[in-house]
Amino acid sequence: MTVYESVLHPTSIVEELKKNKFTHVVWLPDSETNFMYQLLTNEPDLDLVPVCREGETMAIAAGLWVGGKKPVVLIQNTGIFESGDSIRGLALDVHQPLVMLIGYRGWSRHGLTNDSAARFIEHILHAWGITYFLIETDDDADRISLAAEEADRTQKPVAVLVGSEFGA
Amino acid sequence: MINNTDAVRLLDSKRNGAVIVPTMNAGNVRMGLPSVSTHDELDFPLSGCMGKASSVGLGLALAHPERKIMVLDGDGSLLMNLGTMVTVSNKAPDNLIHFLFDNGIYAVTGGQPVPGAGQADWKLLAEGAGYAATFSFDNLEDLTTSIDQVLAAKGPVFVHLVVEPEIDNTPVQFRAPARRTVHTAIKKLPEAIGRG
Repeated sequence: MTVYESVLHPTSIVEELKKNKFTHVVWLPDSETNFMYQLLTNEPDLDLVPVCREGETMAIAAGLWVGGKKPVVLIQNTGIFESGDSIRGLALDVHQPLVMLIGYRGWSRHGLTNDSAARFIEHILHAWGITYFLIETDDDADRISLAAEEADRTQKPVAVLVGSEFGA
Repeated sequence: MINNTDAVRLLDSKRNGAVIVPTMNAGNVRMGLPSVSTHDELDFPLSGCMGKASSVGLGLALAHPERKIMVLDGDGSLLMNLGTMVTVSNKAPDNLIHFLFDNGIYAVTGGQPVPGAGQADWKLLAEGAGYAATFSFDNLEDLTTSIDQVLAAKGPVFVHLVVEPEIDNTPVQFRAPARRTVHTAIKKLPEAIGRG
């Protein structure tokens, strides 16, 4: 029997970010992104902008975007709930083509989850009319390119839900 | 105390090509920057952004390190996004000047005091957060005589201004419309400052 490795490596994400010419990663680390942090701090093409609270990310991204840069936001789904007014006012209202990578805490494709962070996130994105993609393995990583194209095409924020923890 | 309009008029007169990001009373159509601006093509007005003016200003400052970015914040606003002071200090853009218009009240909701009004030490908070330079002024004369030194300091700079509490709680639908809005700025500012 052939066993396929279904892992999402941070290198796959970073390569997608570089391929799409993102310039800044505005982020607040979550428990799933430690390997990503180590990679990003050593990546000269991507400037890390750490924040204290997730609602700052869309606003900083708005300034970067108006200034001609191409930021991406990287936070957890719990941070999306905290960021509601920033998403409303500084992403949706101003038509910011922002890609938001969102750690999908609590996600399981194997059954029900008790984590309300997972249960509510897709409903919230639907309510805002935000298109989203799900990535769980390296094979899915190119959906970040799809998200970037969709954000540019619609001039709206687009979410990428990261449904698995990063492998080393 | 410093009159709100006197403060924005002075800062506008000294902007020298700076992008100004005003919010709340500093961006008020009747008494804020829009009432005196001589270069509104470089203004990025934000109303009702719930404390995020300094965050937007940080993004602009990182995108355009060659250009001064002046954020005109409110105390109620900054209290909503206090972590921004550490976020700004951590990235340490030397072209960012963060002015705080401290009137002690929520001016657009009827003048209720903000938490810690007259008690919180804003200059000390900024020093503790790690701003490269901090100033505090409670009268126009001192601000006027020191403004060149303030603007020459290596940033990020934090400038606490004690301003007169002026209440403007006219319902939004009855207020004079702004000539330049955030939507205008997003469309036009990139042409004015170029791509970073």
